Amino acid sequence: MLSTLHHPPRRLSRFFPANNKPRHFHTKPVLSSSQPVTDQSPSSTSPPESQILSIHHSLLSREVTATQLAETYLSRLKLAEPQLKSFIHVSNNVLKEAQSIDDKIKRNENVGPLAGVLVGVKDNICTVDMPSTAGSRVLENYRPPFDATAVKKVKEFDGIVVGKTNLDEFGMGSTTESSSFQVTANPWDISRVPGGSSGGSAAAVSARQCVVSLGSDTGGSVRQPASFCGVVGLKPTYGRVSRYGLIAYASSLDVIGCFGSSVADTGILLSAISGHDRLDATSSKQEVPDFTSQLISASLLESKPLKGLKVGVIRETLENRVDSGVKSTVLGAVSHLEELGCTLSEVSLPSFSLGLPAYYILASSESSSNLSRYDGVRYGNQAAAEDLNALYGDSRAKGFGSEVKMRILMGTYALSAGYYDAYYKRAQQVRTLIQKSFKTALDENDILISPAAPSAAYKIGEKKNDPLAMYSGDIMTVNVNLAGLPALVLPCGFVEGGPVGLPVGLQMIGAAFDEGKLLKVGHIFEQTLQGCRFVPPLIADGIPQ
Amino acid sequence: MASFLFRTIQSHSFLLCPTTLLRRNNGAFYCSMKSTHTQTATQEKQQPPPKIKSSPQGNQAKTRTLDRISKEYEAIIGIETHVQLSTLTKAFCTCPYNYGAQPNTSVCPICMGLPGALPVVNSKVVEFAVKLGLALNCKLSFNSKFDRKQYFYPDLPKGYQISQFDIPIATGGYLDVDLPVEYGGGHRRFGITRVHMEEDAGKLLHADDGEYSQEITFPIIYALQVDLNRAGVPLLEIVSEPDMRTGLEAAEYAAELQRLVRYLGVSNGNMQEGSLRCDVNVSIRPVGQSKFGTKVEIKNLNSFSSINRAIDFEIARQALLYSQGKADQIVQETRLWEEGSQKTVTMRKKEGLADYRYFPEPDLPEVILNKEYVDSIQSSLPELPEMKRRRYEEMGLSMQDVLFLANDINVARFFDATIEKGADVKLAANWIMGDIAAYMKNEKLTINEIKLSAAELAELIASIKGATISGKIGKEILFELMAKGGTVKGIIIEKDLVQIVDPSEIEKMVDKVLSENPKQLEQYRGGKTKLQGFFAGQVMKISKGKANPGLLNKILLEKLNAKS
Repeated sequence: MLSTLHHPPRRLSRFFPANNKPRHFHTKPVLSSSQPVTDQSPSSTSPPESQILSIHHSLLSREVTATQLAETYLSRLKLAEPQLKSFIHVSNNVLKEAQSIDDKIKRNENVGPLAGVLVGVKDNICTVDMPSTAGSRVLENYRPPFDATAVKKVKEFDGIVVGKTNLDEFGMGSTTESSSFQVTANPWDISRVPGGSSGGSAAAVSARQCVVSLGSDTGGSVRQPASFCGVVGLKPTYGRVSRYGLIAYASSLDVIGCFGSSVADTGILLSAISGHDRLDATSSKQEVPDFTSQLISASLLESKPLKGLKVGVIRETLENRVDSGVKSTVLGAVSHLEELGCTLSEVSLPSFSLGLPAYYILASSESSSNLSRYDGVRYGNQAAAEDLNALYGDSRAKGFGSEVKMRILMGTYALSAGYYDAYYKRAQQVRTLIQKSFKTALDENDILISPAAPSAAYKIGEKKNDPLAMYSGDIMTVNVNLAGLPALVLPCGFVEGGPVGLPVGLQMIGAAFDEGKLLKVGHIFEQTLQGCRFVPPLIADGIPQ
Repeated sequence: MASFLFRTIQSHSFLLCPTTLLRRNNGAFYCSMKSTHTQTATQEKQQPPPKIKSSPQGNQAKTRTLDRISKEYEAIIGIETHVQLSTLTKAFCTCPYNYGAQPNTSVCPICMGLPGALPVVNSKVVEFAVKLGLALNCKLSFNSKFDRKQYFYPDLPKGYQISQFDIPIATGGYLDVDLPVEYGGGHRRFGITRVHMEEDAGKLLHADDGEYSQEITFPIIYALQVDLNRAGVPLLEIVSEPDMRTGLEAAEYAAELQRLVRYLGVSNGNMQEGSLRCDVNVSIRPVGQSKFGTKVEIKNLNSFSSINRAIDFEIARQALLYSQGKADQIVQETRLWEEGSQKTVTMRKKEGLADYRYFPEPDLPEVILNKEYVDSIQSSLPELPEMKRRRYEEMGLSMQDVLFLANDINVARFFDATIEKGADVKLAANWIMGDIAAYMKNEKLTINEIKLSAAELAELIASIKGATISGKIGKEILFELMAKGGTVKGIIIEKDLVQIVDPSEIEKMVDKVLSENPKQLEQYRGGKTKLQGFFAGQVMKISKGKANPGLLNKILLEKLNAKS
């Protein structure tokens, strides 16, 4: 796995043509005044590059040290953090770990493909040397005795975990507003939400506080914030990445996913964390290909690089309830795909609208069970109580936020004797229907596309008191989780809003374990998309004091 | 091979776990690393199953009244048995389980239910379930699954127990039982409703005295600790049909189940350690009525005889209430058997049906069995107790002998091995049930611990049958073999114990005795023929017990009567 990445110059020559030397923004911090604002604005046309490959190349060619890189990122992280609040915890070991990579390079030892790459990790993914709270008061200061398998793999590939990113409590939410600790702001407009639940991970990559990040996606928690923050978000096939160490929300839907500022970066990160894990009985034994091997540099592309690719546009995702701006941006992306040679057709998924209620029943049911362990007996916050019921009741009443409580209540209700058939069982039947309709659509098409969310990022507080409005924002993404399929979200344009406009994400859905195709198509799309540069103004303008 | 993901789990670097995680200083419960329980990790030796005792409790008159009342009613008894499997590791993680180990020394993130930890099925659990399912003549579910049974209790780390709900791995079987001869004997077939796999919970531990308890009594929760060593240990729950009618039948059912799991090697079946736990449901109804009465559950049954006595007590209690017109006082409840007072007492009344909100365990794939896997287990099953008993019966042994020999798998194996070496069936049975059993009882040894091997017992029996040694010497050799080991041949040679079968040699000895005892000879010939025994004894004494008794008597008689 990732073997080709050990020879960055050769790979880079395919990613980056000789006349277009990679821009080492890490050696010239984007915060510095020397960075022209116009170069970073959305009107700039240079396609996104793989920061991971670029870092690898410059480390091995001794242009920069891992320590210098880490310092740059850390200083940017710290500057942006007071406004963004992407991180719940920042590691104290970043520079130490960077130093040890520099030592390896100095000794001419092999370094892993993620060497020197600062990786943000969503705080519901366990890390042995840092708190892992899942954004919940009930796990405040909880430190797990083990690393999640995905984190272990990142470390094995020499990646540096920079910190733990903010999220909606236990992943339940679409804004990070239900985090017990803080609300993360959207780097494109700090009065707006970054999306959720992996809002911290998306905002951190968007604002270049880290190179890539891990999130988790139960109903869209990677894809929707990727769309809101203008970054690439990848939700792998269920079973592709081990869930061991992912603090469970809804076990049959939860997947660890990747954020990057380019398709290539998410692909490289996915290659690193994928694979069967003996500690997760639901992880797949499916072979893990090198997801980046099929990525072709823009200069080598033919005029119709996606000729013959059959793309189905999901009709139900472009009907009413979708912002007109989002709709026209996505339709623009559709034309772009057509220009690239794709054969487009409209696909109807009749069960699509059933996905939302089915998702909320199944996810709530499983979460009501998964969250039973937070009883204050063994770890986490424990209330002082005189008897057992009070101990349980008070510990949970004080530990959980209102969104979590609501979902526990809904799930407990749905699983109760006499209601099981009407809710849980029926939702499972809907799930089977959805799986079948996706199967049919993907038998006829290579990929399916839709908006990642019905709107761009909305204002903080806007939907906080209207849970149904917030839930309905998940309409584009939950079906994919119910079907267990992989999906890639990448920025495809802007709508009006905020100081410079708000990014809009395009969702590409593939067949199970076909992430390679999504990444290939996504990469070509991204490399050929004209007139867009998805770097938020917070960075471009320098951090306001 | 069952086709779901079988794998063993790497052990976790649990020592890295900060101790703050295990200790709660500010609250009621904590998993203590410090032992307040001094029991060592050495496991109690597997004792042969105790025989069930009858209940001579209470005065006879009262018993007689109850007997009369009881005759008008029929008891309906069903048993739920939890068998702890003797797998090397727990059901869903790689922790070993040793009964009596220091509290919380055999735990990991998985069995402690830490956030992010996931269960992975131990394939041995499925194998053992299939084994027991087949041995109980059940129909196997080739597609079963795990479910979550949800409730809150401090000994349940995840807030749910991984169990099986609507699709148990085995259903619809039966268990054949031979009732003891001393209670009238008879063969019974009891139905098995289902067998399913699940995990055990931890234990509550009183901080002050280190005693384990089942229940929390308030307000002493601050003195309670939780020991999670047992959490996640695999169990098979076996639910019987309500086919038992007496305490004895129920106890014999449980004893047969114990025998079965020991024969299969899936559990040590030890009731004292809680490896075999029986909860009994008892209801009664007037004879002839088809509607069931209200059932009462009895817990805390730590031996077969307590099952027997508790049920008989409960039947009598319910029958008395019926006969007094107070049938409405029989309520659905859980009662506790009190060994001290020999009574059942109310533990808790059922407050409606508990809603466990079962749903399929999403962390585990379905349990899919295929025919080859099941066939390979079927063909590897040992001879089961029922089959053994029928075979022993056909060999001509009495039911008493059959029940004794087949009761303990090790005794049965010893017997079988002895027979295999060609020993006479009845003689082998007599030796084992007589002198050998007595010796084991006196020395508190199991048959595997005595030094005598089956081969040597066969040799011993053959030597007696072949008249190399006498029965009396045989017995001496037996005790030598049991205590010190060695071979029959070796001891015979070493101690020069070969029987004298040469008639001329015996004749010489007879002549010597007769000549040395002229007075007695005269008396004999005078009609006191009882003295033959005296002469035989004297000859035997000179031969140091080695003279062949038949030959000796024949020659002696000839000589005694010759000159008269």
